[in-house]
Amino acid sequence: MGELLWIFVSAMLVNNFTLVLFLGLCPFLGVSAKVGTAVRMGAANVFVLVITSLTASFLNAFVLVHAPYLRLISFIVVIASLVQIVEMAIKKLSPTLFRELGIFLPLITTNCAILGLAIFQTNRGYGALEGLFFALGAGAGLTLALSLMASIRERVELSDVPAVARNMGLVLVLAGTLSLAFMGFAGLFTS
Amino acid sequence: MSPRVTTPSEDFLRGVWRENPVLVQLLGLCPALAVTNTVANSLAMGIATFFVLTGSSLLVSLLKSWIPKEVRISAYILIIATFVTMADMLLAALVPDIHKALGAFIALIVVNCMILGRQEAFASKRPVGRALLDAFGTGLGFIVALFMMGTVREVLGNGSFLGVPLFGDAFEPWIIMILPPGGFFTLGLLLLVFAWWEERKDVPVHPRHWPHGVTVTVDAGGPGGSPAGAGVNAPRSD
Repeated sequence: MGELLWIFVSAMLVNNFTLVLFLGLCPFLGVSAKVGTAVRMGAANVFVLVITSLTASFLNAFVLVHAPYLRLISFIVVIASLVQIVEMAIKKLSPTLFRELGIFLPLITTNCAILGLAIFQTNRGYGALEGLFFALGAGAGLTLALSLMASIRERVELSDVPAVARNMGLVLVLAGTLSLAFMGFAGLFTS
Repeated sequence: MSPRVTTPSEDFLRGVWRENPVLVQLLGLCPALAVTNTVANSLAMGIATFFVLTGSSLLVSLLKSWIPKEVRISAYILIIATFVTMADMLLAALVPDIHKALGAFIALIVVNCMILGRQEAFASKRPVGRALLDAFGTGLGFIVALFMMGTVREVLGNGSFLGVPLFGDAFEPWIIMILPPGGFFTLGLLLLVFAWWEERKDVPVHPRHWPHGVTVTVDAGGPGGSPAGAGVNAPRSD
């Protein structure tokens, strides 16, 4: 249990996917203008991350032991089709949730955090349960980073920013500051 | 929308500077920030991406009349993934040290929005020669951007260039520049400098829509008004 908790906290804070590993930067910079949207995006990401993690464990255990060089291709194809299926299922079962997630759901497929999770999980040799906790931690970390960033940007909107800085430059410097703050978590574990 | 007529040299030069994928379009940021802590890593990443982009553009352009419109995105991703697997194996065989340093980020070239963006916006609509020129230009632009990032970060963060020490012992390296926050700071400051430069030229900084939609938007010529589409059909300001 301790091991699983470690994986969760490590993926969420110490090796935060967005701020330390630079995965999933597109949604991080793209949809972090409003807190509400950012939180929904984070939730959608958690959902897809968990599915991806389970799929990757299954593929690793049963299929890819026979053909490791097909790993990348099979991951990307399976993830893309799975997200498509989930999207159709949600549309059928809960139209409200579907509208809430909107364009974000299909967009998540091409988010590098998703493929990154599958690859990291494989490289570290996580099993299905460890992978699940890894995915939950990564998703929680993404959501945390997104909502922090969105809160900052809502404040920036109201302040008097020089014209030169009204583009992505300022957002990146802000992200750097956040990342700097997250470096502090590196001392959380000594082992 | 019929594509705007462009000359071959425009197709090539556009990607290198005016529509630089990283510095202007903000595409492919994950590798640009993650592996640019040394010049050598940046160059290896740039060259691997260049290889994948060129190979995929060539193949997509050759196969464009055989790929059904409905499944084209999946087809492009399959082609890109094939070349990434090749690049991964080549790097592992030729430069094992750098391969280890880049780690999972080589595999992540697959989801580099820049590559898919060029296939969707350019290679799938143009003849092979033009598609190759465009891929060379964009790939070169990516290498240039990564090289700039890598240089700033290695010189400041480690006091060296390509592993050769530049300053005497008195120089205290800014460790933060080779750590993750340094990546954000370097790119942020580069963008601020470019914005300042554009403003000085009295040319309005053109709107930068977030281009993530490039990878999935289905209308012709890329997402409306986004920089990736601008290369094909929008009038230019110069």
